[in-house]
Formats: sequence, C-alpha cells, structure tokens
Amino acid sequence: MIAQNLIFGILSVVMGLAALRVVTTQNVVHAALYLVVVLGGVAGIFILLAAEFAAITQVLVYIGAIVVLFLFGLMLTKAPLGRTANLDNDQKLLAAVVALMLFGVLAWSQIDAFGRLVVEPERVGTTAMVGDSIFLQYLVPFEVISVLLLAALVGAVVIARKD
Amino acid sequence: MILNQFLLLAAVLFCIGVYGVLARRNGVLVLMSVELILNAVNINLIAFGAFHDTVAGQVFALFVIAVAAAEVGVGLAIVLLIYRNRRSVDLTEINMMKG
Repeated sequence: MIAQNLIFGILSVVMGLAALRVVTTQNVVHAALYLVVVLGGVAGIFILLAAEFAAITQVLVYIGAIVVLFLFGLMLTKAPLGRTANLDNDQKLLAAVVALMLFGVLAWSQIDAFGRLVVEPERVGTTAMVGDSIFLQYLVPFEVISVLLLAALVGAVVIARKD
Repeated sequence: MILNQFLLLAAVLFCIGVYGVLARRNGVLVLMSVELILNAVNINLIAFGAFHDTVAGQVFALFVIAVAAAEVGVGLAIVLLIYRNRRSVDLTEINMMKG
C-alpha cells in the first residue's frame, strides 16, 4: 500500500507539472509532447486502480492516435515550430482566476462529500468482466458509439476535403 | 488508497484544462486542453468504479475515450477548414458572428 501511494505521488506530481506546461508553454510541439506525459500518467493511474484494459486503451488511442493527430494538425496549420510569444490571449489572468476558483469549489466539495473513504482496487473486475459488461449490459451504447465513430470519420473527411 | 486523492488529482487536471481552453488562442492548443478535461473525467469514472466495486466505470471511461477520438477528428477538421479560409488558427480573430 505504501508503494502504491509512493507511485501515486510521483505520478501526480509529474502529471500536474506536465499539464501546467501543456497550457503555458510557448512552443506548440512541446505542448503536444507534454500532453504525452500527462496521458501516460493517466494510464499509470488507471493501472493503480486495477483498470488494466482502460490503461492499454489509453496508451493505444490517446498516445498512439490522438497525439499523432494533434501533431498532424500542428503541421497542417503551419504552426510556428520554435518559440512564439503570442500563444495566449489577453484574458490569461481572468482565466487563471476562474480555474483557481473552480478548483477551490471542486476540492472543497469533494473533501466535504467523500472525506477519507478508502478505495481497494484489488477487488475490481478484470478485462474479461469489462468485455462481458460491454457486450451484455452496455451493448446498445457500444453500437451507438461505433455509429458515432463512423459519422465522425465521414464528417471529418467531408469537412477537411479540398473541393 | 483514499478515494479523494484520485478525485483531487482529477480536479487539478480539470482546472488546468479549463485554464487552457480560456487562455489559449491557437485552436489546436485549445483542443489539447479539452483532452486534459476529458482525461480528468476518465480518472473520476474509474476511481468511482473501483470504489463501488463495479466495472461500469471502466466501460464508461472506454466510451469517453472513443468519443474523445471522434471529437478530436472533427475538431481538427474544423480547425483545418478555418486555417484554409483565414490563413490563421488564431481564435481571437474569428469574430465574424460578433454583432
């Protein structure tokens, strides 16, 4: 249990710093690479919570596909590759205040509501139970998701096509 | 492990994502901040699933990942279209609907 808490501490510090760099760095490619660190940390948190299938999916879909998509987006919009000074707009201070207040409300309500409840992930189900659950209980949402993905694919092609 | 440590980590990621959405002017960077928000939600879903001893949280997190992939695809297509029409992805310049 101590080892788990230690790993959680390291992961959360790394993820917090990397997430801050994603939203503050002045280099667009560095932002995408810091995003990889955050997404990998989230996969580690999933493993700590005994959700190994979600962790693998996170690495495959997010780091494997979505970050590559972001890098292609940066490339196709001819984003400046070096440091640029104007990646933030002029409501930066207001945005920081809003984010801090939101965090205060969230943290207060979560501490107030859940106190020191303990989570014991070693009792949670395995990948087989996840598969059973998807294809029995959640079959209809699963099919809807597949239609949504097809629609998004066709829609993205139609929108981005040169005509 | 305490449930709250996961929830607070997710809250930190969520708020950093909100800051990014509000403060960035490059369209692609705003989409990256949206990904931070969605990941915070996924951590919450899986933590509550582990807390309630059910796999439903994991299933919903997988659905969120699929929806996020679709969202990024369509979002980047829209950003590309804006770039093609305006030669810029600066979101502060896109004010044609402002009265």
